[in-house]
Amino acid sequence: MEPTPDVLRDLHRRMVRIRLFEEAAGKLAEAAKLPGFLHLYVGEEAVAAGVCVNLTNADSITSTHRGHGHLVAKGGQFRPMMAELMGKATGYCNGKGGSMHISSLELGMLGANGIVGAGSPIAVGAAFTHKYRDDGNVAVAFFGDGATNIGAFHEAANMACALKLPIVFACENNEYGEFTRRDATMAITDIVDRAQGYGMPGVIVDGMDAVAVCEAAAEAIAYARAGHGPTLVEAKTYRFYNHHGVQNLGLKYRPDSEVEVWKQRDPIFTLEAKLADVGVLTTEQCEAVWVELRADIADAIAFAEDSPLPNKDQILEDVYTPMAVAQ
Amino acid sequence: MSQPTSDERTLSYVMAFNEAVRQSMRADENVFCAGEDIGAFGGVFGTFGGLQKEFGSRRVVDTPISEQAIIGLGVGSSVTGLRPIVDLMFMDFMCVALDQIVNQTAKLKYMFGGKATLPLTITTAGGAGLSAAAQHSQSLEAILCHIPGLKVVYPSNPYDMKGLMVSCIRENNPTVMVKHKRLLGMSGPVPEDIYSVPLGVANILRPGTDVTVVSWGRMANESLAAAAVLADEGIDCEVIDPRTLQPFDTATVVASARKTNRIIVVHEAVRFGGLGAEIAAQVQEEAFDYLDAPVARIGAPFSPVPFSPALEKYYVPDAASIAVGIRDVLGRRAPGK
Ligand SMILES: Cc1ncc(C[n+]2csc(CCOP(=O)(O)OP(=O)(O)O)c2C)c(N)n1
Ligand SMILES: [Mg+2]
Repeated sequence: MEPTPDVLRDLHRRMVRIRLFEEAAGKLAEAAKLPGFLHLYVGEEAVAAGVCVNLTNADSITSTHRGHGHLVAKGGQFRPMMAELMGKATGYCNGKGGSMHISSLELGMLGANGIVGAGSPIAVGAAFTHKYRDDGNVAVAFFGDGATNIGAFHEAANMACALKLPIVFACENNEYGEFTRRDATMAITDIVDRAQGYGMPGVIVDGMDAVAVCEAAAEAIAYARAGHGPTLVEAKTYRFYNHHGVQNLGLKYRPDSEVEVWKQRDPIFTLEAKLADVGVLTTEQCEAVWVELRADIADAIAFAEDSPLPNKDQILEDVYTPMAVAQ
Repeated sequence: MSQPTSDERTLSYVMAFNEAVRQSMRADENVFCAGEDIGAFGGVFGTFGGLQKEFGSRRVVDTPISEQAIIGLGVGSSVTGLRPIVDLMFMDFMCVALDQIVNQTAKLKYMFGGKATLPLTITTAGGAGLSAAAQHSQSLEAILCHIPGLKVVYPSNPYDMKGLMVSCIRENNPTVMVKHKRLLGMSGPVPEDIYSVPLGVANILRPGTDVTVVSWGRMANESLAAAAVLADEGIDCEVIDPRTLQPFDTATVVASARKTNRIIVVHEAVRFGGLGAEIAAQVQEEAFDYLDAPVARIGAPFSPVPFSPALEKYYVPDAASIAVGIRDVLGRRAPGK
């Protein structure tokens, strides 16, 4: 189903928000202002946005080490995100999680994850809750091509199909796991080939085309909401930056020419061209979105920089949930 | 520890590992390596750099992200005659493969009535201090040492790294070699020829008379730094690095405790249930009458590793906090306090 003009504008906004957040985070990291690892989502925006534009806060998602884009697409606010990346007390996780564990349960974002593949079983659990409560909500598990090589993915896929849970497995196939090509680690080309083995439909979609992702995700999500069970959606996409950080680590593991070819297919510029074509947003109107959101980013960075660090005493807080005191 | 002489070659901790693997592979055709990103890329920490170039992709294998299958590859290939080195990029990821490590690797020989031999080396990288957060920073060596059938080493310097790694590869039992991420660049004397440091033998890094400090990995170096500070206060620390954590060289530690009459264990892992507890128990069993103070322990607080540097810096013990702990064992205050 063709997205409405409102949905198209929403898609665009979500993608620009992701891009700006990630570009800003990359710059901060290069200026040594962000501690720890930073896995950027630049290039893959159409996937998170195209899926999440079909979700509400009551729907659940699980994410990966490359998780900022999923949180932004799910409605994450720049201020607590930036603060979390800086390890500040005002961050989404009070500075305890950082980039790799960023999460917002209020938004239905059940966490970025430092363990490849670990999100999918958790999404199965969330989908179970949705079915158990019959609340009409769904879960989406985001994961990379590399994550489909780990047992957790397979167990999750099988269980979700066996229990016919309302879940979508959204694979971001960017052709690499860290510094190793996908074809060195699996004998298939399309991740969707795995779907059949579990008894769920699988669809391939152009992950650089936000509208295509949005349509495919809408269908899979509707299928799940209607009680028909899981779908595997494979989005063919590409990360423009290094596995972590911005620059390659010196050692070449993918040719510059390959990166350039994919950059020509920048998902945001592709969408903007389409929006202008169909008269939903003019070039000037698109530019206005960037300008507006750039101001939000600047605000978030200032907020994060001015925010207090967590206090030493907080190390031992949050390990356990206190029991309510008996009356 | 052998002191560097002017003509001795120095090498980094990570290259000492690399050289041990390289020389062992040259010496024994049955040795091969497998792990994520270790082939063309040489490993995310550079540990396997250049090995695929020398030995080819038959012997230096890039694996899928499949920790269970990586350990299983080691189990199955070792029990059928090869001598595998299988790598888990981060120590935290051993949890993904715990069945293969705990129920298979460690137990096969015993369950088969002794008929199986598993000359398998699992290599991994542990330790905090890089804001890598709760799933990329853990020190889980106590879990491994709790499993009969495994041997565990945790070198604190390049010399021991090379020698222990050679021993692990030559060992006819499953071994786990833990590298500390923050020691990778540490440089020190490393002989060019292949040599081994025996498993199960502690090293007295610094002889002393007033108090025994037992620590390994990066904490051994922090303990040495604390000892240097305390020397100026007239406190003479004996710093012992067990180097191998399983089997544990209790004799060396107990002999030292009997000599100094005071002992403190320092580790990066959480204090509760850490190896410090085991060492304290052994020392009180064998040197109770010699002790002038309870066996002390320094370790991390009982929480996951926090991301924020503002929290992590208090979470990980360092020379300053170790010095405080040592003074406590001696009933001493910091100068000027
Ligand atoms: C269990 C586990 N093994 C290995 C790693 C190290 N690691 C982090 S990201 C990554 C690559 C993941 O590839 P993919 O799933 O394709 O996601 P992408 O990075 O391409 O988005 C690896 C191997 C990890 N974090 N967890
Ligand atoms: Mg990938």
